[in-house]
Amino acid sequence: MLKVENLQVYYDAIHAIKGVSLEVSQGEIVTLIGANGAGKTTILRTISGLEKAREGKIEYLGRDIASQQAHDIVKIGISQVPEGRRVFTNMSVTENLELGAYLSKDRKAKADSLKRVFEHFPRLYERRTQIAGTLSGGEQQMLAMGRALMSKPKLMMLDEPSMGLAPILVRQIFSIIKEIHKEGTTILLIEQNANMALSIADRGYVLETGKIVMQGSVQELLASEEIKNAYLGGEAAHS
Amino acid sequence: MAKRFSALLQFALVLALGYAIQMAMDAGMINRYYAHVMTVMAIFVVGAVSLNLINGICGQFSLGHAGFMAVGAYTAAIITKNPDLILPAIFTGNVRFILATLLGGMTAAFVGFLVGLPSLRLRGDYLAIVTLGFGEIIRILLLNWDFVGGASGYFGLVRHTNFFAAFLLSIITITIIRNFIQSSHGRACVSIREDEIAAETMGVPTTRYKVIAFVIASFFAGTAGSMMAHLTQMVTPASFTFILSIELLLMVVLGGLGSITGSIGAAIFLTYAAEALRAFRAYRMILYSLLLILIMLFRPKGLLGTQELSYGLLKESFKSLRTRWQRKKNDDITAAAE
Repeated sequence: MLKVENLQVYYDAIHAIKGVSLEVSQGEIVTLIGANGAGKTTILRTISGLEKAREGKIEYLGRDIASQQAHDIVKIGISQVPEGRRVFTNMSVTENLELGAYLSKDRKAKADSLKRVFEHFPRLYERRTQIAGTLSGGEQQMLAMGRALMSKPKLMMLDEPSMGLAPILVRQIFSIIKEIHKEGTTILLIEQNANMALSIADRGYVLETGKIVMQGSVQELLASEEIKNAYLGGEAAHS
Repeated sequence: MAKRFSALLQFALVLALGYAIQMAMDAGMINRYYAHVMTVMAIFVVGAVSLNLINGICGQFSLGHAGFMAVGAYTAAIITKNPDLILPAIFTGNVRFILATLLGGMTAAFVGFLVGLPSLRLRGDYLAIVTLGFGEIIRILLLNWDFVGGASGYFGLVRHTNFFAAFLLSIITITIIRNFIQSSHGRACVSIREDEIAAETMGVPTTRYKVIAFVIASFFAGTAGSMMAHLTQMVTPASFTFILSIELLLMVVLGGLGSITGSIGAAIFLTYAAEALRAFRAYRMILYSLLLILIMLFRPKGLLGTQELSYGLLKESFKSLRTRWQRKKNDDITAAAE
């Protein structure tokens, strides 16, 4: 479904992504894990068109999308839950969600999407008239995810949904990600919380300073000593 | 259907009110000085509300509004003063004035498009600098264009603008911009203000919307310029310095970035204040700066914030005042009982 080949991204003189290739097939949950500054967010921003690659191919459903504008990429079914949630703080929950379906001109489809989002996130329904800036961190994360769902994406990319959340909320968010996946949305998940990410993913890539250093099925990654020591907190976390 | 009818009725009532004021002016019931000030107020409402679309709704910081007003003013002045230039001579009198005002607005909109397309990719302060520079470029160009009188200005225009004309223009401006804001396009613009990156990831073509808002605002600034020119019967480059842009900015900030009613109120108040403080004219810039500092300190979102002054808002604040008062009374009673 999504195929990235030899991606090279620069921030001026800084070579941030050094030839990354990865692939996401329809119906998968693929996770990209790595430490701070490894380039996870940059890869995601490049796929969604917010950064431009200097070299490399990004293919989505057989089409090259590397040169497309961010708003056109949403149109073809890739939506993003940005890092740090980035909800529209002065708007109500419903207004935030409606903007998620900004591209859809069909009122009925919009209403359906809204209903579906409220089914996934009953909490958002309770708070539908509340101003987004006054929501808790977990609720804002739900809102950001709900907003991304409004455009009925085929591929949803999440950038660190666990950031700054209490463990119980993280588990809740991840179980919702699984629910969304079950309904047929392919997921590309970026995480620092490797434990959580690998617990729901099918396959994973490990990124270090702009390069993929390891890839494979979740079982393979979990079995690797290096991964255990570097990302899963050694033997202790293996429970 | 009923909704549309009531909107039309409201529109008609407001226009009737404006026309009644105009008749009172014609009959000499309102003296000419006040008539003039009220007309200026209406023109500044157009300027402030249109600037609010860029600065308040889209969250882009433009300081070039005086430039667009100048473009509109000079374009319209050239058309009304030369009976067969640009428009054929069959259009005369007020019809020519109306068409000239529209053309002035369209020229300003076109210039806004040219300026906006490259510069709206910039953010924050950079855009402010570019638009400030643009305003000055326009002024210097006019200063050196002998056809329109250069530095001494372009004189001898007919006084086409009366209160009703300016009032009508302000109502049209408010209606169009309000409808724009409440449409999905307006929502898209607000999303740019709230978080440009998030807006982009939602599929909002941000640059396109910024340019659209910029062009609409420039159009109305241009028409306001034409109104001003045909009120004072002359245009000089000196009337369109960046101080005018700052005045408009002050109106927008004072009223609340994003609040149309706030801009209207602030435009009326500041125009009145400028007249009332005419004796202290030399200190005007000091007062403006002080006012801006005070607003930033005590009311950083402006007097109204992003809210609109409406019947519902009044009712709500009245209610909250009353409950607070009642609670205080209850507290007093319990305190007395103890």
